[in-house]
Amino acid sequence: MTMDVPVLEDDIGVGDYQYGFHDPTDKYVFQSRRGLDRQIVEQISEMKNEPAWMRKFRLDALDTFFQKPMPTWGGDMRDLDFQNMFYYVKASQGQEKSWDDVPDDIRKTYDRLGIPEAEKKYLAGVKAQYESEVVYGSLQEDLAKQGVIFTDTDSALKDYPDLVREYFGTVIPSADNKFAALNSAVWSGGSFIYVPKGVKIEFPLQAYFRINTQNMGQFERTLIIVDEGASVHYVEGCTAPTYSSDSLHSAVVEILVKRGGRCRYTTIQNWSNNVYNLVTKRAKAYGDSLMEWVDGNLGSKLTMKYPAIYLMEPGARGETLSIAFAGKGQHQDAGAKMVHCAPHTSSRVISKSISKDGGRASYRGLVKATHEAHHCKSNVVCDALILDSHSRSDTYPYIEVNQDNLTIEHEASVSKIAEEQLLYLMSRGMSETEASAMIVTGFIEPLVKELPMEYAVEMNRLIELQMEGSVG
Amino acid sequence: MSSLLKITDLHVSVDEKPILKGVSLEIRQGEIHALMGPNGSGKSTLAYTLVGHPKYEITSGTIEVDGAPLNDLDPCERARLGLFLAFQYPVTIPGVKVADFLRHAVTNIRNPARKEGEGLIPMRDFRKELKERMEGLGMDVEFARRYLNEGFSGGEKKRMEILQLAMLQPKFAILDETDSGLDSDAVRVVSEGLQKLAGPQMGVLIITHHERLLEYNVPQFTHVMLAGKIVETGDASLAHELHNHGYATVRQRHPTEAAEEQEREKTAPAATAVR
Ligand SMILES: Nc1ncnc2c1ncn2[C@@H]1O[C@H](COP(=O)(O)OP(=O)(O)OP(=O)(O)O)[C@@H](O)[C@H]1O
Ligand SMILES: [Mg+2]
Repeated sequence: MTMDVPVLEDDIGVGDYQYGFHDPTDKYVFQSRRGLDRQIVEQISEMKNEPAWMRKFRLDALDTFFQKPMPTWGGDMRDLDFQNMFYYVKASQGQEKSWDDVPDDIRKTYDRLGIPEAEKKYLAGVKAQYESEVVYGSLQEDLAKQGVIFTDTDSALKDYPDLVREYFGTVIPSADNKFAALNSAVWSGGSFIYVPKGVKIEFPLQAYFRINTQNMGQFERTLIIVDEGASVHYVEGCTAPTYSSDSLHSAVVEILVKRGGRCRYTTIQNWSNNVYNLVTKRAKAYGDSLMEWVDGNLGSKLTMKYPAIYLMEPGARGETLSIAFAGKGQHQDAGAKMVHCAPHTSSRVISKSISKDGGRASYRGLVKATHEAHHCKSNVVCDALILDSHSRSDTYPYIEVNQDNLTIEHEASVSKIAEEQLLYLMSRGMSETEASAMIVTGFIEPLVKELPMEYAVEMNRLIELQMEGSVG
Repeated sequence: MSSLLKITDLHVSVDEKPILKGVSLEIRQGEIHALMGPNGSGKSTLAYTLVGHPKYEITSGTIEVDGAPLNDLDPCERARLGLFLAFQYPVTIPGVKVADFLRHAVTNIRNPARKEGEGLIPMRDFRKELKERMEGLGMDVEFARRYLNEGFSGGEKKRMEILQLAMLQPKFAILDETDSGLDSDAVRVVSEGLQKLAGPQMGVLIITHHERLLEYNVPQFTHVMLAGKIVETGDASLAHELHNHGYATVRQRHPTEAAEEQEREKTAPAATAVR
């Protein structure tokens, strides 16, 4: 098989972003017209042949979206033009069980992203979403036999209507924020996972999100239910072509971890520099369960993302590990929310950000405890590394506590690469770029070492790519 | 033919303040030189300048290896040409494992033309070599997995410098007080280690206030620095004499430099404090 030469938009400086290529779109099955109104939402619901309650859910959410003002905090969204986007694009007929049945162009894209290879080596299941729909899906047979469900959310709505109806929108109501409302109105694709009581999935389940069309809006909707004593590690990766005008990615991820369950949700996002990434992620963790967000934010034009954990019952633990890398023209406004709703719950946030070439990395975090939440512990550590004088880092920690009987620790540090460190490494034969990359890799190492080996390697490789050609 | 490191009339300033005021020195591969001198006389400054520390500005004079000038090369290029400094105060690089760091360093030094991203030396060979070297220096192999100098004791840091020297096999090694802060067993290990490493392929400049390192590695030349100049050069017996009697007689023999030293201490009383 020969690899097609990718279409690269050199004139706008794809630079070192290696996933900036895009595929032709002329064989697509369906593409909605530009813009957003009731008709578009009705059309999406109709194409998907949805039950009436979902159509109503969408239309109500659309009203909410139009009513809510744009947030005035966070990043600059003045150029984000909702009426210039495509809200629903279907590239192929449906979800395939074999890569051979996925249309050539799309399959080649996933080959280049290394997904089929990873699937063979270390994954328990895969979903590949291309534009608005999932084009490929797999799950190891023994897991299916144990009752594990791993499907796209559209199929789940058809095949497990009761489960979906019971939980959909219960963790993140449409009215939560403007972008949650937008997603609720036009959502398509995303993963639906149900892990039955006591089932522990050893290898990760992975979803891969790819935007291909210019001015595309991708609105996947993910719902994960980890039943009592069960465990799962879910991983998502994201990339998009580099275009001169903007795309939008606005996902909603809802997670429930029941008594004694465990869920780890790892994101390695590497969007191109023209993507607005405005995502709402929230989990509810019940008694003695553990919810972990591992959030790697690279790329995008603006990311606003604050994965939240609501600690609902005693013994629940929440942990967020977040890495943000803001390069040229990028603003990473990322962080974490921990809401202690019950006594004897604990939370931990570790955030590391790197900014360079004029990039801006902000940590925005909230620790909240209701008046019932006594004997809780929360520990927040944010470290920022700024690589040059025109880059920027900010910390916005918010604490809302209605309780005296709890411990909250917050530490923040901002550092620069010390001249002495560079000299030391360079005097051992490292180039300046290599030396800086090594220092940055070391800076995030405490988080990266938490990742399974394959993802740790991927994370370090992405950081090295970001560092290349940047110094000197 | 053996290589020559040649320093000619070197003047160096830090933040516009002149520190070295005309240093000339020639070191051949295979030779051992000792550099002594009171605190603050400029020994570390010379060492940093040789490896290309950006803070140390050469205002005049040259550094050459086999006639090729190094003045304008960055520290990485100099290292790849065979210069090595065992730092007086090695820095910590958090999160970077000793083994990963050394594998990169060894690859670059042995393959000076290597570009970023090109392959590293094979893991198996590297591990084996590293293990042997560590055992040779009486180091626990566990150190390879630790973060570079993080939480290392003073003596452990110094040993780590010698381990790097052993792995990188430079043409010219500068040891800046590698023997200070070591207990007497460690001094012996380091001294013996250096003795084994320093063969005809290595020129060594030992900066020291002690004698042990020089007992195992007897210098052909001893230089004395005072107020940014090398004021005397002798053989091993000079090192011995300085060690026993201090610098009073040197100051008497070189009143001009001694006066300059006095002058500087007055204007910057903290300058000679150990950093
Ligand atoms: N980075 C620097 N910034 C400011 N002053 C410096 C710097 N490096 C050296 N100096 C000054 O230059 C002079 C020489 O210092 P240097 O460290 O070279 O002395 P030394 O001979 O190595 O002393 P010691 O025996 O104490 O190690 C001192 O006055 C010192 O304060
Ligand atoms: Mg010194």
